[in-house]
Amino acid sequence: MSIVINQLVNGLQSGSIYALVALGYSMVYGIILLLNFAHGDIIMVGAYAAWMCMVNFQCHPIVSMIIAIVTSMVLGVVIEKVAYTPLRSAPRLSLLITAIGISFLLENGFQLIFGAGAKTVPSMITGSDIVLGGVHLSFPAVVTIVVSLIAMGVLTFLVQKTRLGKAMRAVSEDMGAAQLMGISLNKTISFTFAMGSALAGIASVLYLCSYPQATPTMGSMLGLKAFVAAVLGGIGSIPGAMIGGFLIGIVEALVSAVGLTVWRDGVVFAILIVVLLVKPTGILGKPVQEKV
Amino acid sequence: METILKVDQINVYYGAIHAIKDISFEVCQGEVVTLIGANGAGKSTTLNTVSGLLRSKTGSVTFLGEPIDKLSPHKIVSRKLAQVPEGRRVFLRMSVEENLEMGAYTMPSSGVAQDLEMVFELFPRLKERRRQVAGTLSGGEQQMLAMGRAMMSHPKLLMLDEPSMGLAPLLVEQIFEIIQNLNQKGVTILLVEQNAQMALSVAHRGYVLETGRIITTGTGEELIKSPEIKKAYLGG
Repeated sequence: MSIVINQLVNGLQSGSIYALVALGYSMVYGIILLLNFAHGDIIMVGAYAAWMCMVNFQCHPIVSMIIAIVTSMVLGVVIEKVAYTPLRSAPRLSLLITAIGISFLLENGFQLIFGAGAKTVPSMITGSDIVLGGVHLSFPAVVTIVVSLIAMGVLTFLVQKTRLGKAMRAVSEDMGAAQLMGISLNKTISFTFAMGSALAGIASVLYLCSYPQATPTMGSMLGLKAFVAAVLGGIGSIPGAMIGGFLIGIVEALVSAVGLTVWRDGVVFAILIVVLLVKPTGILGKPVQEKV
Repeated sequence: METILKVDQINVYYGAIHAIKDISFEVCQGEVVTLIGANGAGKSTTLNTVSGLLRSKTGSVTFLGEPIDKLSPHKIVSRKLAQVPEGRRVFLRMSVEENLEMGAYTMPSSGVAQDLEMVFELFPRLKERRRQVAGTLSGGEQQMLAMGRAMMSHPKLLMLDEPSMGLAPLLVEQIFEIIQNLNQKGVTILLVEQNAQMALSVAHRGYVLETGRIITTGTGEELIKSPEIKKAYLGG
Protein backbone atom coordinates (compact mmCIF):
# COMPACT_ATOMS: atom_id res chain seq x y z
CA MET A 1 0.00 0.00 0.00
CA SER A 2 2.70 2.45 0.98
CA ILE A 3 4.46 1.76 -2.34
CA VAL A 4 1.33 2.74 -4.23
CA ILE A 5 0.98 5.94 -2.22
CA ASN A 6 4.64 6.73 -2.72
CA GLN A 7 4.33 6.28 -6.48
CA LEU A 8 1.23 8.42 -6.48
CA VAL A 9 3.07 11.18 -4.63
CA ASN A 10 5.95 10.91 -7.11
CA GLY A 11 3.43 11.22 -9.92
CA LEU A 12 1.83 14.25 -8.32
CA GLN A 13 5.25 15.80 -7.82
CA SER A 14 6.35 15.57 -11.44
CA GLY A 15 2.77 16.18 -12.50
CA SER A 16 2.61 19.50 -10.70
CA ILE A 17 5.80 20.60 -12.46
CA TYR A 18 4.31 19.58 -15.82
CA ALA A 19 1.12 21.42 -14.91
CA LEU A 20 2.99 24.66 -14.13
CA VAL A 21 4.81 24.50 -17.45
CA ALA A 22 1.69 23.43 -19.35
CA LEU A 23 -0.12 26.52 -18.02
CA GLY A 24 2.39 28.73 -19.82
CA TYR A 25 1.86 26.85 -23.09
CA SER A 26 -1.88 27.00 -22.76
CA MET A 27 -2.13 30.67 -21.80
CA VAL A 28 0.12 31.78 -24.63
CA TYR A 29 -1.72 29.59 -27.10
CA GLY A 30 -5.02 30.92 -25.82
CA ILE A 31 -4.05 34.50 -26.45
CA ILE A 32 -1.98 34.54 -29.65
CA LEU A 33 -2.47 31.00 -31.02
CA LEU A 34 1.23 30.27 -30.74
CA LEU A 35 2.72 26.96 -29.62
CA ASN A 36 5.62 28.59 -27.84
CA PHE A 37 8.28 25.91 -28.19
CA ALA A 38 10.81 28.19 -26.50
CA HIS A 39 8.78 27.88 -23.30
CA GLY A 40 10.66 24.78 -22.05
CA ASP A 41 13.98 26.56 -22.44
CA ILE A 42 12.83 29.29 -20.08
CA ILE A 43 12.98 26.60 -17.37
CA MET A 44 16.58 25.93 -18.34
CA VAL A 45 17.51 29.61 -18.14
CA GLY A 46 15.80 29.80 -14.75
CA ALA A 47 17.86 26.84 -13.57
CA TYR A 48 21.12 28.45 -14.71
CA ALA A 49 20.12 31.66 -12.96
CA ALA A 50 19.59 29.71 -9.73
CA TRP A 51 22.93 27.93 -10.19
CA MET A 52 24.81 31.19 -10.76
CA CYS A 53 23.25 32.79 -7.71
CA MET A 54 23.94 29.84 -5.46
CA VAL A 55 27.45 28.98 -6.67
CA ASN A 56 28.99 32.16 -8.08
CA PHE A 57 27.38 34.79 -5.90
CA GLN A 58 26.71 32.64 -2.81
CA CYS A 59 23.23 34.05 -2.46
CA HIS A 60 20.76 32.85 0.12
CA PRO A 61 18.60 30.01 -1.34
CA ILE A 62 15.44 32.09 -1.12
CA VAL A 63 17.09 35.02 -2.90
CA SER A 64 18.37 32.60 -5.56
CA MET A 65 14.91 31.18 -6.08
CA ILE A 66 13.37 34.62 -6.44
CA ILE A 67 16.07 35.67 -8.90
CA ALA A 68 15.50 32.48 -10.93
CA ILE A 69 11.76 33.16 -11.12
CA VAL A 70 12.20 36.84 -11.99
CA THR A 71 14.82 35.99 -14.64
CA SER A 72 12.39 33.54 -16.27
CA MET A 73 9.60 36.06 -16.18
CA VAL A 74 11.68 38.85 -17.72
CA LEU A 75 13.07 36.49 -20.36
CA GLY A 76 9.57 35.42 -21.41
CA VAL A 77 8.44 39.03 -21.82
CA VAL A 78 11.62 40.00 -23.70
CA ILE A 79 11.25 37.06 -26.10
CA GLU A 80 7.69 38.10 -26.81
CA LYS A 81 8.68 41.73 -27.44
CA VAL A 82 11.71 40.98 -29.58
CA ALA A 83 10.61 37.92 -31.53
CA TYR A 84 6.82 37.63 -31.52
CA THR A 85 5.44 41.20 -31.47
CA PRO A 86 6.85 42.05 -34.92
CA LEU A 87 5.08 38.96 -36.27
CA ARG A 88 1.67 39.64 -34.74
CA SER A 89 -0.10 39.86 -38.08
CA ALA A 90 2.11 37.31 -39.84
CA PRO A 91 0.88 33.75 -40.56
CA ARG A 92 0.92 31.55 -37.44
CA LEU A 93 3.44 29.23 -39.09
CA SER A 94 6.06 32.01 -39.19
CA LEU A 95 5.49 32.52 -35.49
CA LEU A 96 5.87 28.80 -34.75
CA ILE A 97 9.12 28.60 -36.70
CA THR A 98 10.40 31.66 -34.85
CA ALA A 99 9.59 29.98 -31.52
CA ILE A 100 11.58 26.90 -32.54
CA GLY A 101 14.42 29.20 -33.60
CA ILE A 102 14.44 30.92 -30.21
CA SER A 103 14.53 27.50 -28.55
CA PHE A 104 17.65 26.52 -30.57
CA LEU A 105 19.22 29.90 -29.87
CA LEU A 106 18.79 29.50 -26.11
CA GLU A 107 19.94 25.87 -25.97
CA ASN A 108 23.00 26.39 -28.15
CA GLY A 109 23.75 29.80 -26.68
CA PHE A 110 23.88 28.37 -23.18
CA GLN A 111 25.97 25.45 -24.37
CA LEU A 112 28.42 27.92 -25.88
CA ILE A 113 28.64 30.01 -22.73
CA PHE A 114 28.51 27.38 -20.00
CA GLY A 115 29.54 24.21 -21.83
CA ALA A 116 27.54 21.05 -22.38
CA GLY A 117 28.29 19.54 -18.98
CA ALA A 118 25.78 19.52 -16.16
CA LYS A 119 26.08 22.15 -13.43
CA THR A 120 25.19 20.88 -10.00
CA VAL A 121 22.92 23.23 -8.13
CA PRO A 122 23.22 23.00 -4.33
CA SER A 123 19.86 22.11 -2.82
CA MET A 124 17.75 25.13 -2.09
CA ILE A 125 14.97 23.46 -0.16
CA THR A 126 15.97 21.06 2.57
CA GLY A 127 13.98 19.24 5.17
CA SER A 128 13.44 15.79 6.59
CA ASP A 129 10.93 13.30 5.27
CA ILE A 130 7.39 13.75 6.36
CA VAL A 131 5.77 10.66 7.85
CA LEU A 132 2.04 10.42 7.39
CA GLY A 133 0.33 7.28 8.70
CA GLY A 134 3.43 5.16 8.25
CA VAL A 135 4.15 6.48 4.74
CA HIS A 136 7.39 8.39 4.19
CA LEU A 137 6.96 11.36 1.89
CA SER A 138 10.07 13.17 0.69
CA PHE A 139 10.21 16.81 1.74
CA PRO A 140 10.88 18.20 -1.78
CA ALA A 141 7.90 16.24 -3.12
CA VAL A 142 5.56 17.72 -0.56
CA VAL A 143 6.93 21.24 -1.10
CA THR A 144 6.62 20.88 -4.87
CA ILE A 145 3.00 19.79 -4.71
CA VAL A 146 2.00 22.42 -2.16
CA VAL A 147 3.79 25.31 -3.90
CA SER A 148 2.32 24.32 -7.28
CA LEU A 149 -1.18 24.20 -5.89
CA ILE A 150 -0.72 27.64 -4.33
CA ALA A 151 0.68 29.03 -7.62
CA MET A 152 -2.27 27.62 -9.53
CA GLY A 153 -4.69 29.08 -7.00
CA VAL A 154 -3.08 32.51 -7.32
CA LEU A 155 -3.15 32.26 -11.11
CA THR A 156 -6.82 31.27 -11.14
CA PHE A 157 -7.62 34.23 -8.92
CA LEU A 158 -5.64 36.62 -11.16
CA VAL A 159 -7.31 35.37 -14.32
CA GLN A 160 -10.85 35.20 -12.93
CA LYS A 161 -11.04 38.24 -10.69
CA THR A 162 -8.56 40.95 -11.66
CA ARG A 163 -8.95 43.57 -14.36
CA LEU A 164 -5.90 42.41 -16.32
CA GLY A 165 -6.94 38.77 -15.97
CA LYS A 166 -10.37 39.52 -17.36
CA ALA A 167 -8.79 41.54 -20.16
CA MET A 168 -6.62 38.52 -20.91
CA ARG A 169 -9.68 36.30 -21.23
CA ALA A 170 -11.37 38.90 -23.43
CA VAL A 171 -8.34 39.14 -25.75
CA SER A 172 -8.07 35.37 -25.98
CA GLU A 173 -11.71 35.12 -26.97
CA ASP A 174 -11.88 37.99 -29.47
CA MET A 175 -8.85 40.20 -30.07
CA GLY A 176 -10.71 42.75 -32.21
CA ALA A 177 -13.65 43.18 -29.84
CA ALA A 178 -11.25 43.42 -26.89
CA GLN A 179 -9.45 46.34 -28.56
CA LEU A 180 -12.80 48.05 -29.04
CA MET A 181 -13.24 47.88 -25.25
CA GLY A 182 -10.08 49.96 -24.83
CA ILE A 183 -7.91 46.99 -23.88
CA SER A 184 -4.27 47.38 -24.92
CA LEU A 185 -3.09 44.27 -26.78
CA ASN A 186 0.58 44.88 -26.04
CA LYS A 187 0.04 45.18 -22.30
CA THR A 188 -2.27 42.22 -22.06
CA ILE A 189 -0.06 39.93 -24.12
CA SER A 190 3.02 40.97 -22.10
CA PHE A 191 1.09 40.22 -18.92
CA THR A 192 0.23 36.76 -20.24
CA PHE A 193 3.85 35.99 -21.09
CA ALA A 194 4.98 37.34 -17.73
CA MET A 195 2.62 35.06 -15.84
CA GLY A 196 3.33 31.99 -17.98
CA SER A 197 7.08 32.50 -17.69
CA ALA A 198 6.96 33.15 -13.95
CA LEU A 199 5.19 29.80 -13.59
CA ALA A 200 7.97 28.21 -15.68
CA GLY A 201 10.47 29.85 -13.29
CA ILE A 202 8.67 28.35 -10.30
CA ALA A 203 8.67 24.98 -12.09
CA SER A 204 12.40 25.36 -12.65
CA VAL A 205 13.12 25.93 -8.96
CA LEU A 206 10.89 23.02 -7.92
CA TYR A 207 12.53 20.75 -10.51
CA LEU A 208 15.96 21.57 -9.09
CA CYS A 209 14.80 20.45 -5.64
CA SER A 210 14.61 16.86 -6.85
CA TYR A 211 17.01 16.84 -9.82
CA PRO A 212 19.67 19.38 -8.82
CA GLN A 213 21.38 19.71 -12.21
CA ALA A 214 21.27 22.34 -14.92
CA THR A 215 22.09 21.41 -18.52
CA PRO A 216 21.48 23.39 -21.72
CA THR A 217 18.92 20.86 -22.98
CA MET A 218 17.10 20.14 -19.72
CA GLY A 219 14.11 22.20 -20.81
CA SER A 220 13.40 20.42 -24.04
CA MET A 221 12.01 17.07 -22.79
CA LEU A 222 10.30 18.75 -19.84
CA GLY A 223 8.79 21.30 -22.20
CA LEU A 224 7.61 18.66 -24.66
CA LYS A 225 5.91 16.63 -21.94
CA ALA A 226 4.25 19.75 -20.59
CA PHE A 227 3.11 20.45 -24.13
CA VAL A 228 1.52 16.98 -24.23
CA ALA A 229 -0.13 17.78 -20.91
CA ALA A 230 -1.52 21.05 -22.33
CA VAL A 231 -2.92 19.24 -25.38
CA LEU A 232 -4.36 16.44 -23.21
CA GLY A 233 -6.12 18.98 -20.99
CA GLY A 234 -7.29 21.03 -23.96
CA ILE A 235 -4.86 23.67 -25.20
CA GLY A 236 -5.99 27.18 -24.32
CA SER A 237 -7.77 25.98 -21.17
CA ILE A 238 -6.23 26.90 -17.82
CA PRO A 239 -7.91 24.20 -15.68
CA GLY A 240 -7.26 21.80 -18.57
CA ALA A 241 -3.52 22.43 -18.35
CA MET A 242 -3.58 21.66 -14.63
CA ILE A 243 -5.52 18.42 -15.08
CA GLY A 244 -3.36 17.40 -18.05
CA GLY A 245 -0.16 18.01 -16.09
CA PHE A 246 -1.20 15.93 -13.11
CA LEU A 247 -2.48 13.11 -15.36
CA ILE A 248 0.79 12.92 -17.30
CA GLY A 249 2.78 12.87 -14.05
CA ILE A 250 0.66 10.08 -12.58
CA VAL A 251 0.76 8.01 -15.78
CA GLU A 252 4.56 8.29 -15.82
CA ALA A 253 4.80 7.21 -12.20
CA LEU A 254 2.50 4.25 -12.77
CA VAL A 255 4.40 3.13 -15.88
CA SER A 256 7.61 3.22 -13.82
CA ALA A 257 5.94 1.44 -10.92
CA VAL A 258 5.07 -1.58 -13.02
CA GLY A 259 8.71 -1.79 -14.12
CA LEU A 260 8.50 -0.23 -17.56
CA THR A 261 10.66 2.81 -16.77
CA VAL A 262 12.31 2.75 -20.21
CA TRP A 263 8.86 3.13 -21.80
CA ARG A 264 7.97 6.20 -19.76
CA ASP A 265 8.59 8.84 -22.43
CA GLY A 266 7.10 6.63 -25.12
CA VAL A 267 3.85 6.28 -23.21
CA VAL A 268 3.57 10.06 -22.79
CA PHE A 269 3.95 10.68 -26.51
CA ALA A 270 1.59 7.79 -27.28
CA ILE A 271 -0.97 9.70 -25.21
CA LEU A 272 -0.40 12.73 -27.45
CA ILE A 273 -1.06 10.64 -30.55
CA VAL A 274 -4.18 9.07 -29.09
CA VAL A 275 -5.56 12.44 -27.95
CA LEU A 276 -4.95 13.97 -31.36
CA LEU A 277 -6.69 11.04 -33.04
CA VAL A 278 -9.63 10.62 -30.70
CA LYS A 279 -10.32 14.03 -29.13
CA PRO A 280 -8.07 16.74 -30.58
CA THR A 281 -9.69 19.39 -28.40
CA GLY A 282 -8.49 17.59 -25.25
CA ILE A 283 -10.38 17.07 -22.01
CA LEU A 284 -11.61 20.64 -21.47
CA GLY A 285 -10.84 22.23 -24.82
CA LYS A 286 -13.55 23.94 -26.80
CA PRO A 287 -13.98 23.23 -30.48
CA VAL A 288 -12.70 26.12 -32.58
CA GLN A 289 -15.60 28.03 -34.03
CA GLU A 290 -15.25 29.24 -37.56
CA LYS A 291 -16.09 32.93 -37.65
CA VAL A 292 -18.62 33.70 -40.36
CA MET B 1 -24.22 72.32 -34.97
CA GLU B 2 -20.75 71.33 -33.89
CA THR B 3 -19.03 68.62 -35.92
CA ILE B 4 -17.69 65.89 -33.64
CA LEU B 5 -16.47 63.38 -36.22
CA LYS B 6 -14.95 64.38 -39.52
CA VAL B 7 -13.74 61.74 -41.96
CA ASP B 8 -11.80 63.26 -44.83
CA GLN B 9 -10.79 61.48 -48.04
CA ILE B 10 -9.97 58.06 -46.63
CA ASN B 11 -8.82 55.16 -48.81
CA VAL B 12 -8.65 51.66 -47.35
CA TYR B 13 -7.21 48.56 -48.99
CA TYR B 14 -7.41 44.84 -48.23
CA GLY B 15 -4.21 43.75 -49.94
CA ALA B 16 -4.80 44.65 -53.58
CA ILE B 17 -8.52 45.30 -53.13
CA HIS B 18 -9.43 48.97 -52.94
CA ALA B 19 -12.35 48.75 -50.48
CA ILE B 20 -12.94 52.41 -49.58
CA LYS B 21 -12.49 55.08 -52.22
CA ASP B 22 -12.16 58.72 -51.17
CA ILE B 23 -14.86 58.61 -48.53
CA SER B 24 -15.60 61.82 -46.61
CA PHE B 25 -18.42 62.50 -44.18
CA GLU B 26 -19.26 64.28 -40.96
CA VAL B 27 -21.27 63.61 -37.84
CA CYS B 28 -22.52 66.52 -35.74
CA GLN B 29 -23.22 66.67 -32.03
CA GLY B 30 -26.59 65.10 -31.18
CA GLU B 31 -27.27 63.57 -34.59
CA VAL B 32 -28.15 60.08 -35.72
CA VAL B 33 -26.28 59.59 -38.98
CA THR B 34 -26.57 56.41 -40.99
CA LEU B 35 -24.42 54.79 -43.63
CA ILE B 36 -26.53 52.52 -45.79
CA GLY B 37 -25.67 50.31 -48.71
CA ALA B 38 -25.62 46.75 -49.93
CA ASN B 39 -23.42 43.96 -48.66
CA GLY B 40 -19.79 44.71 -49.51
CA ALA B 41 -20.35 48.43 -50.08
CA GLY B 42 -17.71 49.27 -47.44
CA LYS B 43 -19.89 50.28 -44.49
CA SER B 44 -18.19 48.13 -41.85
CA THR B 45 -14.78 48.88 -43.31
CA THR B 46 -15.50 52.57 -42.81
CA LEU B 47 -16.45 52.07 -39.15
CA ASN B 48 -13.44 49.85 -38.51
CA THR B 49 -11.20 52.54 -39.96
CA VAL B 50 -12.70 55.20 -37.69
CA SER B 51 -12.21 52.95 -34.64
CA GLY B 52 -8.60 52.23 -35.62
CA LEU B 53 -8.88 48.51 -36.37
CA LEU B 54 -8.07 49.29 -40.01
CA ARG B 55 -5.82 52.02 -41.41
CA SER B 56 -6.45 54.45 -44.22
CA LYS B 57 -3.64 55.13 -46.69
CA THR B 58 -4.71 58.73 -47.16
CA GLY B 59 -6.73 61.48 -45.60
CA SER B 60 -7.63 61.94 -41.97
CA VAL B 61 -10.13 61.11 -39.24
CA THR B 62 -10.78 63.87 -36.74
CA PHE B 63 -12.76 63.33 -33.53
CA LEU B 64 -13.61 66.21 -31.18
CA GLY B 65 -11.14 68.37 -33.06
CA GLU B 66 -8.17 66.03 -32.75
CA PRO B 67 -6.73 63.63 -35.33
CA ILE B 68 -7.22 60.00 -34.31
CA ASP B 69 -6.17 58.16 -37.46
CA LYS B 70 -2.72 57.30 -36.09
CA LEU B 71 -3.93 56.11 -32.69
CA SER B 72 -4.30 52.45 -31.74
CA PRO B 73 -7.88 51.24 -31.19
CA HIS B 74 -7.64 51.15 -27.39
CA LYS B 75 -6.53 54.80 -27.29
CA ILE B 76 -9.42 55.82 -29.51
CA VAL B 77 -11.92 54.21 -27.12
CA SER B 78 -10.56 56.27 -24.26
CA ARG B 79 -11.32 59.41 -26.31
CA LYS B 80 -15.02 58.47 -25.85
CA LEU B 81 -15.67 56.89 -29.21
CA ALA B 82 -17.22 53.43 -28.87
CA GLN B 83 -18.13 50.86 -31.49
CA VAL B 84 -20.62 48.01 -31.29
CA PRO B 85 -19.10 45.66 -33.85
CA GLU B 86 -20.94 43.71 -36.51
CA GLY B 87 -22.22 40.39 -35.23
CA ARG B 88 -22.26 41.81 -31.65
CA ARG B 89 -18.99 40.05 -30.72
CA VAL B 90 -19.83 39.79 -27.03
CA PHE B 91 -17.41 37.66 -25.02
CA LEU B 92 -19.39 34.42 -25.07
CA ARG B 93 -17.39 32.66 -22.37
CA MET B 94 -17.65 35.56 -19.91
CA SER B 95 -20.63 36.50 -17.79
CA VAL B 96 -22.97 39.36 -18.66
CA GLU B 97 -21.52 41.41 -15.83
CA GLU B 98 -17.93 40.70 -16.89
CA ASN B 99 -18.80 41.75 -20.44
CA LEU B 100 -20.09 45.05 -19.11
CA GLU B 101 -16.99 45.47 -16.94
CA MET B 102 -14.86 45.04 -20.07
CA GLY B 103 -16.88 47.84 -21.64
CA ALA B 104 -15.78 50.05 -18.74
CA TYR B 105 -12.11 49.13 -19.20
CA THR B 106 -11.10 52.72 -19.90
CA MET B 107 -13.09 54.08 -16.95
CA PRO B 108 -11.98 54.47 -13.31
CA SER B 109 -13.21 51.41 -11.41
CA SER B 110 -14.96 53.55 -8.79
CA GLY B 111 -17.81 54.40 -11.16
CA VAL B 112 -18.39 50.92 -12.56
CA ALA B 113 -21.09 49.86 -10.09
CA GLN B 114 -23.11 52.98 -10.86
CA ASP B 115 -22.70 52.53 -14.61
CA LEU B 116 -23.83 48.91 -14.32
CA GLU B 117 -27.07 50.18 -12.80
CA MET B 118 -27.40 52.71 -15.64
CA VAL B 119 -27.10 49.90 -18.23
CA PHE B 120 -29.46 47.62 -16.27
CA GLU B 121 -32.00 50.43 -16.32
CA LEU B 122 -31.70 50.67 -20.11
CA PHE B 123 -31.80 46.89 -20.51
CA PRO B 124 -33.65 45.31 -17.56
CA ARG B 125 -33.29 41.89 -19.19
CA LEU B 126 -29.54 42.02 -18.68
CA LYS B 127 -29.96 42.52 -14.95
CA GLU B 128 -31.88 39.26 -14.64
CA ARG B 129 -29.04 37.50 -16.45
CA ARG B 130 -26.04 39.29 -14.98
CA ARG B 131 -24.37 36.10 -13.70
CA GLN B 132 -25.14 34.10 -16.83
CA VAL B 133 -22.47 33.36 -19.43
CA ALA B 134 -23.09 35.56 -22.50
CA GLY B 135 -23.04 32.51 -24.79
CA THR B 136 -26.37 31.41 -23.32
CA LEU B 137 -28.17 34.64 -24.28
CA SER B 138 -30.48 34.92 -27.28
CA GLY B 139 -29.47 37.01 -30.29
CA GLY B 140 -31.53 39.99 -29.17
CA GLU B 141 -30.13 39.83 -25.65
CA GLN B 142 -26.61 39.63 -27.03
CA GLN B 143 -27.28 42.76 -29.09
CA MET B 144 -28.51 44.52 -25.96
CA LEU B 145 -25.41 43.35 -24.12
CA ALA B 146 -23.16 44.62 -26.91
CA MET B 147 -24.87 48.02 -26.80
CA GLY B 148 -24.85 48.15 -23.01
CA ARG B 149 -21.19 47.20 -23.01
CA ALA B 150 -20.39 50.11 -25.32
CA MET B 151 -22.42 52.48 -23.14
CA MET B 152 -20.24 51.60 -20.14
CA SER B 153 -17.47 53.82 -21.55
CA HIS B 154 -19.80 56.87 -21.68
CA PRO B 155 -19.21 57.43 -25.39
CA LYS B 156 -19.74 60.84 -26.96
CA LEU B 157 -20.15 59.01 -30.27
CA LEU B 158 -21.58 55.50 -30.47
CA MET B 159 -21.01 53.61 -33.70
CA LEU B 160 -23.38 50.71 -34.31
CA ASP B 161 -22.61 48.15 -37.01
CA GLU B 162 -25.70 46.29 -38.24
CA PRO B 163 -27.55 46.13 -34.92
CA SER B 164 -30.58 44.55 -36.60
CA MET B 165 -28.66 41.69 -38.18
CA GLY B 166 -30.27 38.30 -37.64
CA LEU B 167 -33.00 39.58 -35.31
CA ALA B 168 -36.76 38.98 -35.52
CA PRO B 169 -38.79 42.02 -36.73
CA LEU B 170 -40.20 42.76 -33.29
CA LEU B 171 -36.73 42.78 -31.79
CA VAL B 172 -35.46 45.00 -34.59
CA GLU B 173 -38.09 47.57 -33.68
CA GLN B 174 -37.13 47.33 -30.04
CA ILE B 175 -33.44 47.86 -30.86
CA PHE B 176 -34.27 50.92 -32.97
CA GLU B 177 -36.40 52.32 -30.17
CA ILE B 178 -33.42 51.95 -27.87
CA ILE B 179 -31.21 53.74 -30.40
CA GLN B 180 -33.62 56.68 -30.49
CA ASN B 181 -33.87 56.62 -26.73
CA LEU B 182 -30.06 56.78 -26.39
CA ASN B 183 -29.96 59.64 -28.87
CA GLN B 184 -32.54 61.58 -26.86
CA LYS B 185 -30.29 61.12 -23.85
CA GLY B 186 -27.60 63.00 -25.75
CA VAL B 187 -25.53 60.24 -27.37
CA THR B 188 -24.52 60.99 -30.94
CA ILE B 189 -24.96 57.92 -33.14
CA LEU B 190 -23.35 56.68 -36.33
CA LEU B 191 -25.39 53.77 -37.57
CA VAL B 192 -24.46 51.28 -40.28
CA GLU B 193 -27.37 49.27 -41.63
CA GLN B 194 -28.51 47.04 -44.46
CA ASN B 195 -32.05 47.59 -43.27
CA ALA B 196 -32.21 50.98 -45.00
CA GLN B 197 -35.91 51.58 -44.29
CA MET B 198 -35.46 51.28 -40.52
CA ALA B 199 -32.18 53.18 -40.48
CA LEU B 200 -33.48 56.13 -42.48
CA SER B 201 -36.61 56.33 -40.36
CA VAL B 202 -34.55 57.09 -37.24
CA ALA B 203 -31.69 59.00 -38.85
CA HIS B 204 -31.35 62.76 -39.20
CA ARG B 205 -29.02 62.34 -42.15
CA GLY B 206 -27.76 59.46 -44.26
CA TYR B 207 -25.01 58.59 -46.69
CA VAL B 208 -25.49 55.92 -49.34
CA LEU B 209 -22.48 53.75 -50.15
CA GLU B 210 -21.95 51.69 -53.25
CA THR B 211 -18.78 49.68 -53.97
CA GLY B 212 -16.64 51.78 -51.67
CA ARG B 213 -17.90 55.23 -52.65
CA ILE B 214 -20.50 57.62 -51.26
CA ILE B 215 -22.97 58.03 -54.11
CA THR B 216 -25.51 60.28 -52.46
CA THR B 217 -26.36 61.99 -49.20
CA GLY B 218 -29.30 63.81 -47.68
CA THR B 219 -31.62 63.94 -44.71
CA GLY B 220 -33.37 60.74 -43.69
CA GLU B 221 -36.63 61.92 -45.18
CA GLU B 222 -35.08 63.00 -48.47
CA LEU B 223 -33.39 59.67 -48.91
CA ILE B 224 -36.52 57.68 -48.06
CA LYS B 225 -38.43 59.62 -50.70
CA SER B 226 -35.71 59.53 -53.35
CA PRO B 227 -36.86 57.26 -56.21
CA GLU B 228 -33.37 55.85 -56.82
CA ILE B 229 -32.98 54.84 -53.18
CA LYS B 230 -36.45 53.38 -53.15
CA LYS B 231 -35.62 51.26 -56.14
CA ALA B 232 -32.21 50.13 -54.96
CA TYR B 233 -32.68 49.61 -51.23
CA LEU B 234 -36.28 49.85 -50.18
CA GLY B 235 -37.84 47.34 -52.54
CA GLY B 236 -39.56 49.64 -55.06
